[in-house]
Amino acid sequence: MTKMSRIVQTITSIMFPFAMIYGLYVIAHGHLTPGGGFQGGAIVASACAMILVAFGSKWTMEKIKEKHLSIFESVGALCFIGLAFFGLIFGSVFFSNYLVGNEMLFGVIPMAGSTAADFNTGGVIPLMNFAVGLKVIAGLFAIVLVMAYATTKLREGKK
Amino acid sequence: MSKRNMIAAVFFGIVAGIFVMSALLMHPFGELDESAMDDYIIENTQEETGANNGVTAVVFDYRGFDTLGEATVLFTAVAGVILVFRRLHDD
Amino acid sequence: MIYNLPYLAVVCLVLIGLYAVLFKRNLIKMIIGITLIESGVNLFLITLGYRKDSIAPIYTSSPGGIMSLPIPQALTLTSIVIGVAVLALMLSFVIHIYRHYGTLDVRKMGRLKE
Repeated sequence: MTKMSRIVQTITSIMFPFAMIYGLYVIAHGHLTPGGGFQGGAIVASACAMILVAFGSKWTMEKIKEKHLSIFESVGALCFIGLAFFGLIFGSVFFSNYLVGNEMLFGVIPMAGSTAADFNTGGVIPLMNFAVGLKVIAGLFAIVLVMAYATTKLREGKK
Repeated sequence: MSKRNMIAAVFFGIVAGIFVMSALLMHPFGELDESAMDDYIIENTQEETGANNGVTAVVFDYRGFDTLGEATVLFTAVAGVILVFRRLHDD
Repeated sequence: MIYNLPYLAVVCLVLIGLYAVLFKRNLIKMIIGITLIESGVNLFLITLGYRKDSIAPIYTSSPGGIMSLPIPQALTLTSIVIGVAVLALMLSFVIHIYRHYGTLDVRKMGRLKE
């Protein structure tokens, strides 16, 4: 797809950090408020698709090749499986939550009932949120980028 | 109306009738019969997993295998899309 | 009969999607019909887990009361992501088909001659 006008490019460059920070907030606070890895990953991927629409697919493909995106996605998947395997080593079963009651990393247990939000809780769940969020961002952005670039090449090849 | 359209219309009418009848015969909306598994999860989420969010605790702790399968499906879809468009891509 | 209204909404969504898949000729309209069927199934999964006058199953500053069931909501999350993955693969195949045949009419494809 071709570029849009200069007004649209300027406004997109201003709005992109706000959308990305909102998406990362939804990913990071997944164990306290509604949200989590999949939802926040979809928000950041739609912000990246906004960049793709405003700046054209040729420019975006020159800056970000899809090889780097596939490396990101593989790192996210390997971190997720690695955290599950550490549950087998430190705990007793495959997906066990071994960081609860730890007092160092993420292991405070909240009081029963309706409490205020404490970020230090959750065990292994916030780390898994980051791994899955990275995977979803890279995967959805790679799908949109490859489809847009391939149809641009198709239209040029026909003319 | 061709022959194929008439067969499709009969099939559609039968399926619509079955769906509407079973929607009217379901239990009333909001009154559940048994929910023992979810009662246990709602009670013991904060001391076993340490998270305040019940849905995230179910997705990542009590039912982590389903999330593993879903990550695999997402990876397969991305690999399939990049594979289909590989021939039009000259570098 | 008014107390069964969410189930009738699910039936309406699924029937409209089924009509689009059966009686339309354009490939893109059939894909939209498949997406409508998936949305109807996700809505059905969520309405199965509601108790009367209940709140969301989250403990952070909650007003207190009965909580609705969290397991159908987790299954619906997985189903939505799988729907997105299937839609991406279907659309990439439609682009490939259009490049080969030159048309999107489904009655003109499927012959084994070429």
